[in-house]
Amino acid sequence: MKFINYLTAIAGVDIFPLISLLIFFLFFIALIWYVFTSNKESMIAMSNIPLDQDEQ
Amino acid sequence: MEVERFHYDNRTPRNFAVASIIFGLIGMLVGLYIALELVFPNLNLGFPLTTFGRLRPLHTNAVIFAFVGNGLFAGIYYSLQRLLKARMFSDALSNIHFWGWQLIILAAAVSLPLGYTSGKEYAELEWPIDIAIALIWVVFGINMFGTIVKRRVQHLYVAIWFYIATFVTVAVLHIVNSFEFPVSFMKSYSMYAGVQDALVQWWYGHNAVAFFLTTPYLGMMYYFVPKAAGRPVYSYRLSIIHFWALIFLYIWAGPHHLLYTALPDWAQSLGVVFSFMLIAPSWGGMINGLLTLRGAWDKVREDVVLKFMVVAITAYGMSTFEGPMLSLKNVNAIAHFTDWVIAHVHVGALGWNGMLTFGMLYWLFPRFYGRELFSKKLANFHFWIGTLGIMFYAIPLYWAGLTQFEMWREFTADGFLRYPNFLETVTQIIPMYALRSVGGLLYLVGFLVMIYNLWKTAFAGKFIGDEAAEAAPLPKGITPGHQESEHWHRVIERKPFQMLLFSLILILIGGLVEMIPTFLIKSNIPTIASVQPYTPLELQGRDIYIREGCYTCHSQMIRPFRFETERYGEYSKAGEYVYDHPFQWGSRRTGPDLMREGGKYPDSWHYNHMDDPRSMSPGSIMPPYPWLLDDELDTASTSAKIRVMTSLGVPYPEGYDKIANKDLSRQEAKITASLKESGIETMPNKEIVALIAYLQRLGTDIKGENKITFGEVATTKP
Repeated sequence: MKFINYLTAIAGVDIFPLISLLIFFLFFIALIWYVFTSNKESMIAMSNIPLDQDEQ
Repeated sequence: MEVERFHYDNRTPRNFAVASIIFGLIGMLVGLYIALELVFPNLNLGFPLTTFGRLRPLHTNAVIFAFVGNGLFAGIYYSLQRLLKARMFSDALSNIHFWGWQLIILAAAVSLPLGYTSGKEYAELEWPIDIAIALIWVVFGINMFGTIVKRRVQHLYVAIWFYIATFVTVAVLHIVNSFEFPVSFMKSYSMYAGVQDALVQWWYGHNAVAFFLTTPYLGMMYYFVPKAAGRPVYSYRLSIIHFWALIFLYIWAGPHHLLYTALPDWAQSLGVVFSFMLIAPSWGGMINGLLTLRGAWDKVREDVVLKFMVVAITAYGMSTFEGPMLSLKNVNAIAHFTDWVIAHVHVGALGWNGMLTFGMLYWLFPRFYGRELFSKKLANFHFWIGTLGIMFYAIPLYWAGLTQFEMWREFTADGFLRYPNFLETVTQIIPMYALRSVGGLLYLVGFLVMIYNLWKTAFAGKFIGDEAAEAAPLPKGITPGHQESEHWHRVIERKPFQMLLFSLILILIGGLVEMIPTFLIKSNIPTIASVQPYTPLELQGRDIYIREGCYTCHSQMIRPFRFETERYGEYSKAGEYVYDHPFQWGSRRTGPDLMREGGKYPDSWHYNHMDDPRSMSPGSIMPPYPWLLDDELDTASTSAKIRVMTSLGVPYPEGYDKIANKDLSRQEAKITASLKESGIETMPNKEIVALIAYLQRLGTDIKGENKITFGEVATTKP
C-alpha cells in the first residue's frame, strides 16, 4: 500500500482541514440556530413519539 | 382515516436478547478466568487454548460483539418497529441477521483460542470472518432502512438517528481497519504498517467504543428511559445537539490512545483537543437522560428497571468525564499502559452497557411473555450486587494503576530507578488483582440471578411472537415528498437516506483529515537507514508472538520519559516500525515493554523463560509456554509470507520468497548452536527458535550494528 505521492502532488493540501473545519463551524451555527428557534409544540410532539402508542 | 392492523415481530428481539444473555455469561466467565490467571499464573494448565494471551481477545470480543452486540440488536429491533409503527421490513432478513451474527460469534469463539488472530486489539478476527461481518452488517442495514421506508410515522425520532449513525460508521470503521492481505485461509497481514497501522487501529478502536458501545445504547436510552419513566425525554432540543455534536467530535478522538508515542505530534494534539471537547455532548446526553426522570424520582425507588437505567446513565457520565481527562497528555502519561485504563473501560462496559442492557431486559421480558416479572426482589438483589461488583472491580484497579505508575517512575536520590526490576511493580499489585476478581465474581452472581429470574418469567408466561398493533398509514405524498416552507433540518430528519449521507460525510471528514496526511506526507514517518526488514525466521517468530497474543501484556513502545528510557532504553521512533505489519505497540504493560528486548538476555534465558517464566523471574505472573519448545515451525508458509510482505512494500530482493527458507535454516542453526553452548539441546525447527530470533532482533536496528543480507548470510545477533 503505497499511497504516497497521490495527494502530496496537490498544491496547498493543508487548506483542506481548514475548509472542513469551517464547514462544520457553520453547520453547528445553523444547527444551534435551528434548535433554539424551532417551535415548541413540534418539539413536544416529537419527544412524545415513544410514548404515543396504544400498548400497556 | 383508515387504520391499518399489523403485528410487531417480537421473535427477533427476543432471540437477540437470549443470545446476549448466553454470550454475556460466556464472556464474563472467560473474563473472570483470565482475571484469576493474573493471580494464579499456572491456571492455564499448560494449554495454549487457555492461556491469557489467547483468551483475552476472546473475552473482549465476546463482551463487545456478542453480549453488547446482541443486546443492541435486541434494543434496536424492538424499539425501531414501535417508533416507526411498522413491522420489520423482512422476517427473512431478520433471521439471516440473527443467525449470521451468531455464526460469526461462534467462529470467533473457536478461532481466537486456536490462535488465529490479526493481532489488532478489538479487531482480532481473521479475514474470512471480517468479510462475513461486513455482509451481515449490510443485511442489518437493508432491514433497518427497509423498515424506515415503510414506516407509518412521519418523523424519525432521535433514537433512530443514533441507529443510523451506528450503522454507517461501524461499516466504515470495519472496512477501513480490516484492509488486510491474506497469506492463507485464516492468516493475513495488515495492509498498513507501524505508525499508520496504529493510527488506523485506534481510530477504529476508539470509534468502536463510540459507535458500537455508545451511540446505539444512547438511542436505546432515548427510547427505553422515557418508556420506563412514562414521560418524554427532558429536552428534545438538547438531543438534537447531542446527536450531531457527538458523532462529529467522536471520530477525531482516536489518537488520544497514542499520546507520547511515535505518532506525529500534530495528530496527537488534534486527538487531545477533540477528545476534550467530547465532554460537552456526552454530558449533554447524560443530563438529558437523568433529567427525563425529573419529578419521577419516586418511581426510581419503586421500579427496578429505572434503577438499572439511572446507574447506567451515571456510569456513562463518569466514563465520559474520565475519558476526556485521560486524553489530556499529563493524565495520559500516568494512566496509559496501567490498570487505570482497564478500570475505565470496565466502568463503561459493566456500568453503562451492562446495566442498561439489564434494565432493558427486565423491561422487555414481561412484555415478551405477557406477565409480570417473576421476582422484583431478585431483580433488586441483582441491582445491588451488580453495583457493588462494579465498585469492587474498578476501585482496586484504579489503585493498582496509580501504584504501579508511581513505582515505575520513582528514582532514588542518586538518580537510579528505585524499582529497576519491573517484576517488583507487578507483585505489589497482585492483591488488587485478587480483589478485582472478587468484583467480577459479584457482578457475575448478579447476572446468574437475572438469568434465573428471566427464565422463571418466560416459563410462567406465554410468548407473544407477533404483537398486534394498529396505526394509520402516512398520507400519500408525505414521505418522502418535500413540503413547502419546511425547515431544512426537519427535512433531513424525515429522510433517512439524507440522514445517512450527512452522518457519513460528518464522520468521514474527521477520519480523513487525520489519516491522509499521515499516509501521504513522507516527513511524517522519517525513515531510518539502518532499519531493515525482518529475516524469514524473525518474521515467523513474530507471527508466533502475534498468535500467542503477547501484545495483550507487553508493549513495544518506549515513551520519551526519563523513567522509561532509563528502564527500557532509547525511546521509540516512528521510522523503526515501517516493516511492522501489523504494529504491536500494545496498550497495557502487565509485563515490561519489549521494544528493546533484543540482546538484553542470552538466547538460553529466553528458552528457559518461555518454558517456565518463574525459573528465570521468581514471582512472575507470565504463563508458561512449554508447547513452543515442542511444536515444529511451519516453514511451508515462509515463501507466501515473504511474497505478501513484498507486495505490501517491504523491500526484500526479487525472487527472495523462493530462497527465504535457506536463510531461515541458517539462522535456526546459529541460534541452536548458541543454545547448545549454554547446555540446551534442541532441534533447530522448533517454534521457540523462531520466537527467540524475533525477540533478539527487537529494537536493535537503530544501533546500526546489524548486518543483514538477504539471500546469503543472515545475521542478526549484534
